[in-house]
Amino acid sequence: MNAPVPIADARAAAREPHYNFAYLDERTKRMIRRAILKAVAIPGYQVPFGSREMPLPYGWGTGGIQVTAALIGPRDVLKVIDQGADDTVNAVNIRRFFQRTTGVAITERTDEATLIQTRHRIPETPLAAGQIIVYQVPVPEPLQRLEPREAEARRMHALGEYGLMHVKLYEDIARYGRISTAYDYPVMVHGRYLMSPSPIPKFDNPKMHMSPALQLFGAGREKRIYAVPPWTRVESLAFEDHPFQAEKRASRCSLCGSGESFLDEVIADDRGARLFLCSDTDYCRQRRGADA
Amino acid sequence: MSEPLLRAAGVTKRYGARTAVDEVALELWPGEVMAVVGESGSGKTTLLDCLSGRLRPDAGRVEYQTRHEGLKDLYALSEAECRLLARTDWGYVHQSPDQGLRMGVSAGANVGERLMALGARHYGRIRGEAADWLVRVEMDPLRIDESPRGFSGGMRQRLQIARNLVTRPRLVFMDEPTSGLDVSVQAKLLDLLRSLTRSLPLAAIVVTHDLAVARLLAHRMMVMKDGRAVESGLTDQVLDDPQHPYTQLLVSSVLQP
Amino acid sequence: MSTGANAGAAAIEVRDLAKSFVLHNQGGAELQVLSRRTLEVHAGECVALQGRSGSGKSTLLKCLYANYRASAGSIRIGGTDVTHASPRELLRLRRETIGYVSQFLRVIPRVPALAVVAEPLLEDGPYDERAATHARQEAEQLLLRLRVPMRLWSVAPATFSGGEQQRINVARGLIRKRPVLLLDEPTASLDAENRFTVITLINEARAAGAAIVGIFHDREVRDAVATRVLDMEAA
Repeated sequence: MNAPVPIADARAAAREPHYNFAYLDERTKRMIRRAILKAVAIPGYQVPFGSREMPLPYGWGTGGIQVTAALIGPRDVLKVIDQGADDTVNAVNIRRFFQRTTGVAITERTDEATLIQTRHRIPETPLAAGQIIVYQVPVPEPLQRLEPREAEARRMHALGEYGLMHVKLYEDIARYGRISTAYDYPVMVHGRYLMSPSPIPKFDNPKMHMSPALQLFGAGREKRIYAVPPWTRVESLAFEDHPFQAEKRASRCSLCGSGESFLDEVIADDRGARLFLCSDTDYCRQRRGADA
Repeated sequence: MSEPLLRAAGVTKRYGARTAVDEVALELWPGEVMAVVGESGSGKTTLLDCLSGRLRPDAGRVEYQTRHEGLKDLYALSEAECRLLARTDWGYVHQSPDQGLRMGVSAGANVGERLMALGARHYGRIRGEAADWLVRVEMDPLRIDESPRGFSGGMRQRLQIARNLVTRPRLVFMDEPTSGLDVSVQAKLLDLLRSLTRSLPLAAIVVTHDLAVARLLAHRMMVMKDGRAVESGLTDQVLDDPQHPYTQLLVSSVLQP
Repeated sequence: MSTGANAGAAAIEVRDLAKSFVLHNQGGAELQVLSRRTLEVHAGECVALQGRSGSGKSTLLKCLYANYRASAGSIRIGGTDVTHASPRELLRLRRETIGYVSQFLRVIPRVPALAVVAEPLLEDGPYDERAATHARQEAEQLLLRLRVPMRLWSVAPATFSGGEQQRINVARGLIRKRPVLLLDEPTASLDAENRFTVITLINEARAAGAAIVGIFHDREVRDAVATRVLDMEAA
């Protein structure tokens, strides 16, 4: 791996001595690691954990942060993205938080990171063995809207009774002619547990299947951790005659020309001109950099 | 077949000092429809719940003849086995169709749910079977995508029946399937139930307070009072030649229009 | 058609049958209708029950059909003791062995006449297209013989005249060939033509080996079908 790319913001360089490494106390880290181990042992199963108060409110990634904080070590190289970009407010703040509390090296290059925390996207660059990706999850329960009773939902998971989810998909096809779920598309993990992949676009679902990396999911408000170990089957639900289709955009990135990546639509001027840009900023930059 | 489909012995259920069901026994054979008749407080619904695996009795046994493993004690089964049974071999028709339906999804999804729960994954075929069943319960198959919220009570009850029968269960439990419906709607529904129980064929235990429903639907009848089965036998025999004083009272109290 | 392995045995054997009704809600009053009745009916016989109203003719028939529960004694039909049989055995007996034409048609709402008549042929299952078609054809034949107009076949019998209902009743009772037939006033509301048809049907059944017990109010009918008369009031 190459040397980490230095960051522009010099303020967040040094580790603050007043906090324990990675902010959480060691007992909490141990508790979270146990939860993670359990989650890895039962792919797709939601493990409850004692979510701690973090210095940011629920809904801003506290679950993901706790998972990252429990795992991160001094030799890690951290990448934080939000909607595919390293430079959005959320990503910047979380990255700075870890720099202040750990002093670890940070990077924007997917291929250089050992630990990646993400909200709402999976990087375009394929992950490698030894990498860990931590997803921020708002609602871990895929059945929540269909079966609001938690006890009943848990029973369904325990017994593997997922007919209700197919009912929802059936309804979509009956109503819209196709399955309308565009993000947080439900998947079956290891053929056993139904899982919410977090609000990533369904375009990203295939990346989860048989990935060499370890995938971890943290939901702070709901207090759940779940995992997909490396090389695990992750299959998006569908019908035989309505198979899963990851959307393919008809456009290309205006900056790097890629027709393969997930694109953000940007309004360029007051007259409504549109641009399509790669959502994954690192991927886009590397494509342009490689050509330069 | 040398063993009954359902066998209950000594079934008892108590709520504190009150005995809701007191030492009830019965045997049901394939294709037989049994009415459990009684006034409110007789324990008939409690009995139905005990027989259908929904309420563990305090004493007695309930055994069911499974398809591949012979007679099994219902309450010795694991929750998973019980739920699977409820979804494949059995049906349960609630008095209020809203309880037995998912009001928020379409008629087709309601009927197809059991198929999907059992692993059906072909949308076209699921939909086709759902449409078939709507026709069988005399509903317009073009209404397959409508929500039950827009259906009348009688139609909702038909939908509930279709939803239960799609897996061709061998035994259906019905709790007052026609109460609360208008008389003409009741007649249509009873007619449907009667022809389905005979043609599929279906064994059923029907709880009702209405003797006319029992006469029409059931081959056999059990009369309950204060938790006890005071009389049982062929329906026409119990209604035409009641032996027990309570049965005689019940039969003589029915108004003939 | 045989009535059992032992050709000499009676199709119907009644021994010391007694029937009384206890009216619990009228102070426990007891009405004894039958006492120590013994009777044997063999295949090919038609026994006409005779006696005034109240002598127990209908009651005897209903006991034979297990519509009434005997108070004492035994009734063996086709080898089964009706007085001690399980509901399951009784239901099978009624499907396969005993045909019953009651005095009044019990009308099932909304079921068309043709279906009412065809139903006994479908009771054994399987309920498929072939069976349904066969049953329907048999029912049509019978209704034609009984001169029930075709326009009535798809109508529920609730609005039929007494005579029309009676013919539906008879058709339903006779459509399936059974070794035992119980007939309670099968010609009560019929005109001469239809009476004659019913007489023919009964005699056909008897010729095919059925054992028949019947109540025939009409003397002419009784003389035409009965091989024997049982006076209910004789000791």
